[in-house]
Amino acid sequence: MSSDARTHILTRIRRSLGRGELPPAAQETLDARLAAPRPGIVPARAKGDRRELVERFVTMAEAAAASLDRIDGPDALPRVVAEWLARHNLAPEVVAAPDASLDVLEGRGTLTVKRGVAHPADQVSVTPCFAGVAETGTLVLVSGPETPTSLNFLPDNHVVVVRASQIVGGYEEMWAYLRDAGATPRTVNMITGPSRTGDIEQTIQLGAHGPRRLHIVLIDDEAA
Amino acid sequence: MNATSHRFKQNAHDAIADEKLKKALSTMKVGFREKRAAAIAKLPEFEALRDAGRDLKNHVLENLDHYLARFEERVIEQGGHVHWCRDAEEARQTILRICRDKGAKTVTKGKSMIAEEIALNHFLEEKGIVPVETDLGEYIIQLRHEPPSHIIAPAIHVSKEMVADAFRETHKQYPADRPLGEPRQLLDEARDVLRGQFIQADVGITGANMLIAETGSTVIVTNEGNGDLTQLLPRTHIVLASIEKIVPTLDDACTVLRLLARSATGQEMSSYTTFSTGPRRPEDRDGPEEFHVVLLDNGRSGMLGTEFQDMLRCIRCAACMNHCPVYGSVGGHAYGWVYPGPMGSVLTPALIGIENAAPLPHASTLCGRCEQVCPMRIPLPKMLRHWREKEFERNLAPPRVRQAMRFYGWIATKPRLWRWYTAAAARVLAAWAGKRGRIASLPFAKEWTAVRDMPAPEGETFMQRYARERRGAR
Repeated sequence: MSSDARTHILTRIRRSLGRGELPPAAQETLDARLAAPRPGIVPARAKGDRRELVERFVTMAEAAAASLDRIDGPDALPRVVAEWLARHNLAPEVVAAPDASLDVLEGRGTLTVKRGVAHPADQVSVTPCFAGVAETGTLVLVSGPETPTSLNFLPDNHVVVVRASQIVGGYEEMWAYLRDAGATPRTVNMITGPSRTGDIEQTIQLGAHGPRRLHIVLIDDEAA
Repeated sequence: MNATSHRFKQNAHDAIADEKLKKALSTMKVGFREKRAAAIAKLPEFEALRDAGRDLKNHVLENLDHYLARFEERVIEQGGHVHWCRDAEEARQTILRICRDKGAKTVTKGKSMIAEEIALNHFLEEKGIVPVETDLGEYIIQLRHEPPSHIIAPAIHVSKEMVADAFRETHKQYPADRPLGEPRQLLDEARDVLRGQFIQADVGITGANMLIAETGSTVIVTNEGNGDLTQLLPRTHIVLASIEKIVPTLDDACTVLRLLARSATGQEMSSYTTFSTGPRRPEDRDGPEEFHVVLLDNGRSGMLGTEFQDMLRCIRCAACMNHCPVYGSVGGHAYGWVYPGPMGSVLTPALIGIENAAPLPHASTLCGRCEQVCPMRIPLPKMLRHWREKEFERNLAPPRVRQAMRFYGWIATKPRLWRWYTAAAARVLAAWAGKRGRIASLPFAKEWTAVRDMPAPEGETFMQRYARERRGAR
């Protein structure tokens, strides 16, 4: 069925467009466009020096209802996570991505840390990210053995650690870095603020199915 | 679902009399229109992005066969499967086959207008598979056994009291006297119920806002996170998408993303934009083991090369219906099928036939707001007029309308007769209206004057007045 349908649909598209299969030269032009993607219109707000971009990321993320802590180095991470949990009356237990950048959470302070995928009972997850996008305060998380996707959606509270050096201006810059990093991951999550819905009488409620709270810990690794 | 688009007039009549609906639709001004305006005011490049979006989708449509083939290659390279489906029935059967292969008893669903288009839920239920909608709005209307009334806010017509009633009737596991007066309580209950479903489901079905030819990725844009849990937790992920959703590259997708959320909900970005590429990798700790893309045509390829090709640029943001005075008065159900509002009035006749949807192109005042706000610059009023012409050509208009149009066509091409006739009509109507200047009842337009007065002419035609004033000016 499917291969007949494939031929049928492609033929019908060509007939409607009043042509046959594209000539080889035209196909090459299209394939060249696919092989060398170029940014379209990138808004001015996605441009600026490093400091401006980091500040814009902070402003935009907070405007999207994320909360944010800033620290000077990874050593302070266990402390600020514990403090944030206490502020929200949450138990000091987290499930953290196996990624080595979060090893610092373990073995000091008061946090109980589990590593691996999220389970339905987990209340708080901590994950690293691939990038932060200043344009809209968006976090970009990619799936992989050290960064399972379930951590981004199952727990009620999601803490994301981003380094200032990971912040880019616009989405296209992020794609360029991701292409350089090699194979496309199974999942790329662009996350802008916590889960929300307006489906009951257009009243915005946070925490629909994904996390009710999105907390960002920004490590200022670029501070001169 | 059985379309009732041919009964638009009666549907609209009933809808206007519905006070609850009127109250529900009144939320659109703040909820959609003001938020959109505020978001756009913050992005000076928005108008240029609209041009870019239009040009991008035009380029895709002109080369659709090539980009679809490249998309398919990439999906297969990544270990996924692509199923081409000519019509709704092929798509339903394909999904059923995958579900049966997996021995699926329950499937969770992210919000998908294509699933509504092919009436997937009803079909799966008939075949003994339980579909569970997980988007809150879709879940509410599934419990109420009704179609969506809006393409991004499917339950916009439902009040919180009606949601509470539906929940009490369905969620018997909770105490009957629990408080459900607040949206928060309703949401928490739905979240709790659906958590269990996400984890039990054998197959997860999502739609797609875009398909990326460069990488073979499918993209969903959501706020709740339900689509992500739908595609993450079950062992099989099926993406159901129509063929025009293709964009060439990830960079091209950025143009659409910058337009979509701002036009839809007035957000800078929706909470979750997710790119899925193939099944989980061998070393991954979570994610689906199988990845299927069901590509649906269902009449779209036939729209290419016609005056309706531009409609295929649509990114389903709903800005047109959010700004439509007709939609705002009658809501989505009056349109009688899956897609309401201006985009629905153009798309529905193309997909189910103008003979089944003849009144829809008239469900518009042609005020032009839809085109003004459309992020892809789709000339919706122009296409509504094209449908009106087709309807007329195919004798689908009521006899009296046809007679009137024929008479108009005849007299409008005879200038002297036209001037004499209009001058006479202006005098007669002015005399009839008398001092009030309004006519309460017209013999050949009783239905029209039943709900409003006809403002009467002042006694002379424009051309008479123009001639008089020119004489006076000299």
